[in-house]
Amino acid sequence: MSGAAEFRAEFGEPRERRMPTPRACVEDGGRPLPGPVDRDEGGSVPLDLPHDVLKSLLGAWALAACSAAETEAVEHHLGDCGGCADEARRLREAVGLLHQHETLDLDPALRTRVLETCLDRRPPRIPVPEWAAPYDAEAARLDALLQDFGDAEWHAPVRLRWFEDDVRTSRRTTVAGVIAHLLAVDGVIAAALGLDDPLGDTDPAPGPTARTEALWRSTPFPQTRAVRVPWREQTHALVRTVSFTGGDTGGLTVPYGGFDLPLHDAMLDRAFGCWVHAEDIADAVDYPYRPPAPRHLNKMIDLAVRLLPDALAARRRSGLSTPPRTTRHLTPAGHPGRTLRLEIEGPAGGDWLIPLDSPSATPSTDLEVAHVALDSVEFCHLAAGHLLPEEAAAGQLGDREAIRDVLYATASLSRL
Amino acid sequence: MAKKDAPPRWDRKMQQRLARGEAAALGEAYDRFASLVHSLAHRVLGDEKAADAVTREVFAHIWEHPETYDPKRGPLRTWIAAVTHRLAVQRLRDREERGLGGRPGEDLDEAEEPVGGEDLESKVRRASVAARADYIVHSMPVPLRHALELAYFQRRDYRQTAADLGVTEDEARRRLRLGLQLLSTAHDVGAPPGCGGAA
Repeated sequence: MSGAAEFRAEFGEPRERRMPTPRACVEDGGRPLPGPVDRDEGGSVPLDLPHDVLKSLLGAWALAACSAAETEAVEHHLGDCGGCADEARRLREAVGLLHQHETLDLDPALRTRVLETCLDRRPPRIPVPEWAAPYDAEAARLDALLQDFGDAEWHAPVRLRWFEDDVRTSRRTTVAGVIAHLLAVDGVIAAALGLDDPLGDTDPAPGPTARTEALWRSTPFPQTRAVRVPWREQTHALVRTVSFTGGDTGGLTVPYGGFDLPLHDAMLDRAFGCWVHAEDIADAVDYPYRPPAPRHLNKMIDLAVRLLPDALAARRRSGLSTPPRTTRHLTPAGHPGRTLRLEIEGPAGGDWLIPLDSPSATPSTDLEVAHVALDSVEFCHLAAGHLLPEEAAAGQLGDREAIRDVLYATASLSRL
Repeated sequence: MAKKDAPPRWDRKMQQRLARGEAAALGEAYDRFASLVHSLAHRVLGDEKAADAVTREVFAHIWEHPETYDPKRGPLRTWIAAVTHRLAVQRLRDREERGLGGRPGEDLDEAEEPVGGEDLESKVRRASVAARADYIVHSMPVPLRHALELAYFQRRDYRQTAADLGVTEDEARRRLRLGLQLLSTAHDVGAPPGCGGAA
C-alpha cells in the first residue's frame, strides 16, 4: 500500500475524515488549553499551498502547531502524496515519544553514595583530599539547584547580608550576581594555584570584597546565567588541581587581602561560602535547601572556631571589646588562659575550647569561665552574618561579657 | 538540560584521567552525565530506586573499566548512554523474570514490583525505544530541542514558537520537522549509534 493509501485507510478520505488528534495527551503545564480548532466541515476550499510548503509544515502539523486552515491543507495533501503521508506518520509517532522530563533534580545525596561505591570498588590513585571534599560536594549541590533555573530565577533579587564593625550590613544583587561573587572569591584560590584568574589580567584587587566589586563592574549589568559555566568550570578546576597536592598543601597559603589562609582552610572557607550563598539563592527563589553533610559541616565549624581567637583579638584592637577586668596583663604565649567552652549540638557538632585572652594562649579547662551551647546550623548562620548575636538561641553559662564577645567575634567572621 | 556538546578532546582526557585513578575526574563525569544516566534508567525502569541503583552501577563501570571506552567509536556521552541502556534493560529483565518466576515479593524491592500483563520482550522493546528517544532529545542541537519544547510542552503554535525564538516562521517549521525526524529514528533498532537495540 502506498503511504497515501495507508493514510486514507487510517483516517478516511480527506473530505470525510474527522480531525485526527495528532498528538497524545500532553502534560498540562497550567497554561490554558488551546481553543477548539476552528474549522468549517462544510467544504470550504483548503488553502492552496505548494508542495514544498506543505512538506515544511509536517512537523508543525504533527505537533498540532499550525492554523486550522493549514491543518486542513496538509491533511488534504496527505491523501494524495505518498511521500508526505509516510513522513507524517513517522513524525506523528515521534511526537508520542516526547516526554516531559521528570524532575531533573537528582537527590544530591545520590552523588555521595555513587562516588563512595565507586571509590570503594576501586580505590583512587589520586583521591580528592579530605579538606577539599566539602567544597566539591557544596559546589555540586549548588549546581544542581541552578540546573532548572529560568531567566526569572537567575534575575531574582538576593540580599547579601554580613556583619561589619558589629553592625549588620547588606548589599542587593541577583542570583546571577551571587554566582559571579562566588566566581570572583573562589578565584583567590585559583590565582594562588596558578590557574586562570576569573578577573583576567586586570591586576585584581586583593580581598573578596574588592574582587567581587571588580567582577561586577567589569561585566555588563545585570549578570546573566552565562556566569554559571565559568563558575562551575573553576570549581572543577580547583578540585582537580588541589588533588595533585597529595593532600599535603606544602605550606601554600592563599592571600585574602589583609590575611592569609592555608590552602586547606581556604578550601573549607569557600565550601562554607558556597553553602551560605546557595541558601541565599534558595531563599530568593523559594526552594528548600539542606545543610551540608554533618562531616563536612563539622570541618567548616572547626575552621570558624579556629579563626575565633584572632577575631577576638581584632575586636580588642579596634576597641569593640574591652580587655577583661580580671586580667592585668596578656597571657604569655603558650600559657593557659581564660577559656570559653563552645558546645555545638547536632550530628556535626562537638566541643571546642576557645582561648579568650590571646590567640597564642593555650585553652584550659581549669580556666573555663563560660560555656555556650549552640545548634550547628545556627552557629554557621551566626558566622555567616545571617543571624544577629543577640538572636542566637544560645544556652549560656558563666561570664556574660566573654560570651557576648565570642558571639560578636563569630559574627565578625562574615563578609560580603 | 544538556550541557553544550563536549569536544572529543574532553572525552579522551576524561578517559585518561579515569584510567589513572583520579577521583576528581569521576566527580566531574558524574556532574556531567548523572542526569542523563538517571533519566534514561528511569525511563526504562519507571522507578526511582531502580534508577538510582543503575546510576550507581553505570558509574562504577565507568570508573572500573574506563579502558572499554574507545574514543574513535564515538563520544563518551553515547558510550555512557549505551552502558546505561544495557544495565537498565538487564535489570528490567531480571526483575520481570524474578516476578514471573512465581515468587513475587521475594528478593524484590517493594518499589520494584513487576507489572504484569505485557510480555517481557515487548516491554523491553518499548522501554528501549523510549530510552533512545530521551537520549535523542537530550543530544539534539539545542535550537531544535527548544522549538520542540515550546510547541509540545508549552503548546505554542509554530508562529508563536518562531516569535519566542526570534526566528522566521520558515525556520520554526524547519526546526520542528527536523527535530521530529531525528526523534523518529528512535524506532529504528540500532540507532543512534551505540545506543543499541533491545538487548
